[in-house]
Amino acid sequence: MERRISAPLSEEVCKSLNAGDNVLLSGIIYTGRDAAHKRMIETLQSGGELPFDIENQIIYYVGPCPAKPGEIIGSCGPTTSGRVDKFTPALLKKGLKGMIGKGERSPEVVEAVKKHSAVYMGAIGGAGALMAKCVVKQEVIAYDDLGTEAIHKLTVKDMPLTVIIDTKGNNLYKTGKEKYKSL
Amino acid sequence: MKTIQYDKIVNTVAKMCIDANCNLNSDIRTAIEQSEKCEKSPVGKDILQKLIANADIAAEKQVPICQDTGMAVFFVKVGQDVHIEGGSLTNAINDGVRKGYTDGYLRKSVVKDPLNRINTKDNTPAVIHYDIVEGDLLEITVAPKGFGSENMSALRMLKPADGVDGVIGFVLETVEKAGPNPCPPMVIGIGIGGTMEKACLLAKQALTRDALTHNSDEYYANLEKELLQKINKLGIGPQGLGGTTTALSVNIETFPTHIAGLPVAVNINCHVTRHVTEIL
Repeated sequence: MERRISAPLSEEVCKSLNAGDNVLLSGIIYTGRDAAHKRMIETLQSGGELPFDIENQIIYYVGPCPAKPGEIIGSCGPTTSGRVDKFTPALLKKGLKGMIGKGERSPEVVEAVKKHSAVYMGAIGGAGALMAKCVVKQEVIAYDDLGTEAIHKLTVKDMPLTVIIDTKGNNLYKTGKEKYKSL
Repeated sequence: MKTIQYDKIVNTVAKMCIDANCNLNSDIRTAIEQSEKCEKSPVGKDILQKLIANADIAAEKQVPICQDTGMAVFFVKVGQDVHIEGGSLTNAINDGVRKGYTDGYLRKSVVKDPLNRINTKDNTPAVIHYDIVEGDLLEITVAPKGFGSENMSALRMLKPADGVDGVIGFVLETVEKAGPNPCPPMVIGIGIGGTMEKACLLAKQALTRDALTHNSDEYYANLEKELLQKINKLGIGPQGLGGTTTALSVNIETFPTHIAGLPVAVNINCHVTRHVTEIL
């Protein structure tokens, strides 16, 4: 059974989500991957402002394909989240509430997720054409020079996600695997 | 002696890049469908169904199956009696990649330098492996490689005394460590033997083999089956959320090696496992 949630996320909604929950997300989210994260952190370190107000927002780790004529966006499935682990605690501290990606997070990120009552959700990796159907609007709002790695503002509707790490620190990758391990 | 025009290679390569990225190979599709029937996790079953639905949308709209349209890897067999007219073969392949990734709205994922990371904006250069063979044919295979799975690949120089148990242990350790990162269900390419770089090349080549076939040597065919069974007992499952489908196929390729060595390379691929071959 899927639960509908909307972005930006409130702390209350985050706390009500549990690892393993299937959700359908609608609202505004921001894209960011390796190069954009590096630049955002360098900006913060030099005393600058982030290119968008990150309070209660969700970052989707994705580098979309270019849109074909007549399409809103190209294929846009999640990229491996672990590559931005180094930068994530600082963004959570600034108010980031949700992350969408795929793959394991570092113990530091899990701790920061707990501390700031945030949530890490997984999208289906390799299902980029399916994910593109959930994007109803998109625009590049920063770092255009980074090509696919620029920060896009996406409006999504009913994006199917699974809660991987919740505010309690539960991790679906651990519990799911244990359940089916037979070696 | 056969003459092949530069432009013909460019156009063929461009089409191949688009085809490989938008159309899921039939062997992989069959493997996913078969796994879906056996998958014990309801969540896993649902994900496998969504992967098929995703492939259908991609084929219908001719958009990439996955947004990571990869670094373009080529295996090229050049007949000794082939003459390329109008430019070099390497330039023709790179021009084809440039054209295919632009015309096909594929993602440009290549940076010019590994440390000073500026995107080349046309997905070149490609990684090209040449083999000179007899005859007057030019056989081109493109295998666009995504890096979610490439990053989880590994090489180990085992000792001859480690034997087959050492190989099995290393493969399982690598897959377990990869976990959810390479978008399971995975396809596992394994290269055993040769030298350090030869083992890696064999592992990459193994990923271009039909996922429903086995090594022609019975010993290695059995090892492929044993490894697939063991990998699917790790519990990782589709997307790493738990289940009995962690890998769709294990492909092993081997080469003679040195008396002192047992190189083993494990190249992990995601469920997309793209490869297209054309003969000119």
